[in-house]
Amino acid sequence: MLPSVIGKYSLIFGFLISFPIFYYSFIDYKKSGNLNTKIISFSFLQLLFILISFICLIISFVISDFSNETVFNNSHTTKPLFYKIAGTWGNHEGSLLLWLLVLTLFVFIFLLTSKKQIKSYRILTTIFQQIIIFGFFVFVIKTSNPFSHIFPVPNEGLGLNPILQDPALAIHPPILYLGYVGTSIIFSSALSATVLNYISSSWASHIKTWTYISWIFLTLGILLGSIWAYYELGWGGFWFWDPVENVSLMPWLALTTLIHCLIVLEKRTLLKSWVIILSITTFTLSMSGTFLVRSGILNSVHTFANDPERGIFILLFLFSLIILSLVIFFFFNKNQDRNSSNFFWLSKDTSLLINNWFMMYFLSVVLIGTLYPIFLDVISSEKISVGPPFYHKLIAPFLLFFLIAMAVGPKLSWIKSKFVEKFSLISFFGISLLLSSYLVFKLNLDFLINTLLLSTAFFLFLITLKDFFINKSKNISQKISHFGFGLFILSVLLNNFLSSEIITNLKIGESYDDGKVKIYLEKVEKFEKQNYESVIGYFDITDQKNKTEKFKPELRIYNQPVIITSEADIKTNLFYDKFLVINVVQNQNYFNLRYQLKPLMSWIWISVLIISMGGLTNLLYSRNEK
Amino acid sequence: MFGRKVKLRILFISLAFITLILTIFLILKSLEENVVYFQSPSEIRKTTELSKKKIRIGGMVKKNSISMNTNQVNFIITDFKNEINVSYKGVLPNLFEEEKGVVAEGYLKDRNFFSATKILAKHDENYMPPEVKEALKEK
Repeated sequence: MLPSVIGKYSLIFGFLISFPIFYYSFIDYKKSGNLNTKIISFSFLQLLFILISFICLIISFVISDFSNETVFNNSHTTKPLFYKIAGTWGNHEGSLLLWLLVLTLFVFIFLLTSKKQIKSYRILTTIFQQIIIFGFFVFVIKTSNPFSHIFPVPNEGLGLNPILQDPALAIHPPILYLGYVGTSIIFSSALSATVLNYISSSWASHIKTWTYISWIFLTLGILLGSIWAYYELGWGGFWFWDPVENVSLMPWLALTTLIHCLIVLEKRTLLKSWVIILSITTFTLSMSGTFLVRSGILNSVHTFANDPERGIFILLFLFSLIILSLVIFFFFNKNQDRNSSNFFWLSKDTSLLINNWFMMYFLSVVLIGTLYPIFLDVISSEKISVGPPFYHKLIAPFLLFFLIAMAVGPKLSWIKSKFVEKFSLISFFGISLLLSSYLVFKLNLDFLINTLLLSTAFFLFLITLKDFFINKSKNISQKISHFGFGLFILSVLLNNFLSSEIITNLKIGESYDDGKVKIYLEKVEKFEKQNYESVIGYFDITDQKNKTEKFKPELRIYNQPVIITSEADIKTNLFYDKFLVINVVQNQNYFNLRYQLKPLMSWIWISVLIISMGGLTNLLYSRNEK
Repeated sequence: MFGRKVKLRILFISLAFITLILTIFLILKSLEENVVYFQSPSEIRKTTELSKKKIRIGGMVKKNSISMNTNQVNFIITDFKNEINVSYKGVLPNLFEEEKGVVAEGYLKDRNFFSATKILAKHDENYMPPEVKEALKEK
């Protein structure tokens, strides 16, 4: 049909436009004077063509044009409009088109906003970015064209996996991709700055904006993913150390490290090579994230597509990009860290180096935990999985020092520092220690590790809280983010300590009673909805204070494809979440149910929001300063 | 003997090196303790020594094998050659059904009984854990 055809050719035109951009960039690179406006115009044209192509795909989804294979595979006439639209990027082909769209959008914005930078740097960055775009074009057109036709045209589509039919997950990919793709600009820019020997304070402050933008989107993307997993998967947690989650966490860790390094580079012109390596790493991790999720290599409950051919393409592409960047790094990078002799152990520089050290450690733990099972499978065909205990064991002990460094580090000054607030720091630590040992004692937990963990978390929280009100204007974004992180760790720990759950199977009319909580299953009703059948259980839950609340968890049996999803009933207030989820087993009278009390759940979400707000304030503030 | 800068550099490099070794050691050590191996019912039948560690068992839920009561769920995992009885107290995933693929994580009691601590969820009906696919292919 028409939109599909337009989309297809528009995509090809967009691809062809890469050539004039390359051509004009190479010609203009040697000339003096201003940037050739043709480069900007062609970039805009390319963006426009992909936008048209993307809109055409959306239209194809909206009008349920099943002559298009992607629509056929991922949509259905009975699907609500919102999810028809979201289905556009809820699949492999569409999500790659979205990658392309963001790639071209970002290079266009880069061209518009980098007017203060030197011309050769702007052009070179565009060329590197265009190489990535070119690779993605070939990938999309060759192996995952979203506009493939099928004939004869089917009457009905296969439907979108219902578990993806959820508002949080519908907007999750675009947000996450904005973060992922943002790292491509950092990558291209770092490479071209290396070639031109342009890595400097001014470059650092220029690229910092892009780093913050991708960091904010990545943070929000991860947040959305966790919220979705929390209520849609019915597991009652927010982070499972699942390979697919790890894959989005790794670039986040690298980006966070990069942000901290850029601060050093901006202020002291140190760590040049390290910044380049980190920029390359970050983008590589984002790309390999896409590769791992899309190739079906990862054995995860989240992996959606299983197509080895696509995997190999991304792998080759990734490989050549890494080779390219390594060649550039080794041939062009002239290490000029000359001030490194100004070094004192107690200073902001050192504390930032410690931050790097920890972040790289966390990154390698996650990386090995995620990749080791794959390697083992390839080498010995032994199947293993690495679970949460692995990560907790390796990360928790180091978190202690990390949190302290995070609380104290920002107070130090550059080059050489003294502990100015010695007294307040020690007294704050004392308070945290007392507070947490009281709590741990009260809750009857393992004393040593829990007290230490909790007290460092309290320490960071209290220190950042105090800093927040003193000297407000200075480093406000750092204060917000660090405060958010303190709150985050604190909420996660308390959530972990105080959670309780009841798992039982009930028939209609039966009740569960353990002396503290009484759960009564009153009745179960069925409803027919647009594209699913809904089974709702009516529960009365009475707590210790004899207060009874009604819960209505739901099961949805979707008709196309046939999948059962559970919609947990969650009652949220400021202090805790009450979470009830049910499951049926075919041919059984029993309903399997899980009731959880999750303290401070909303604070986990809020704290991550606060962390990303920190980045946002930095963007707004640095704008104002200029 | 050495300049301050060289000393710093040596300090820095040796610190990085020690860290690297320590990290690798810690990770390998922790992997050894916390990794969960996957086995099929036939493999369990074949092994001479039963492991006391947590393992995963994958296969199909046998037809008419599910039985439930208030406390637990019992069912049989089969790879069409051998079977194993599984008992489980906990949340069931949505796609837990007879004649569908399943992965159970837990501890072996003996060759015929498995006490599961977790039943793994999947995203769609056609998805089958690669381990199960392979285990079934071998039959």
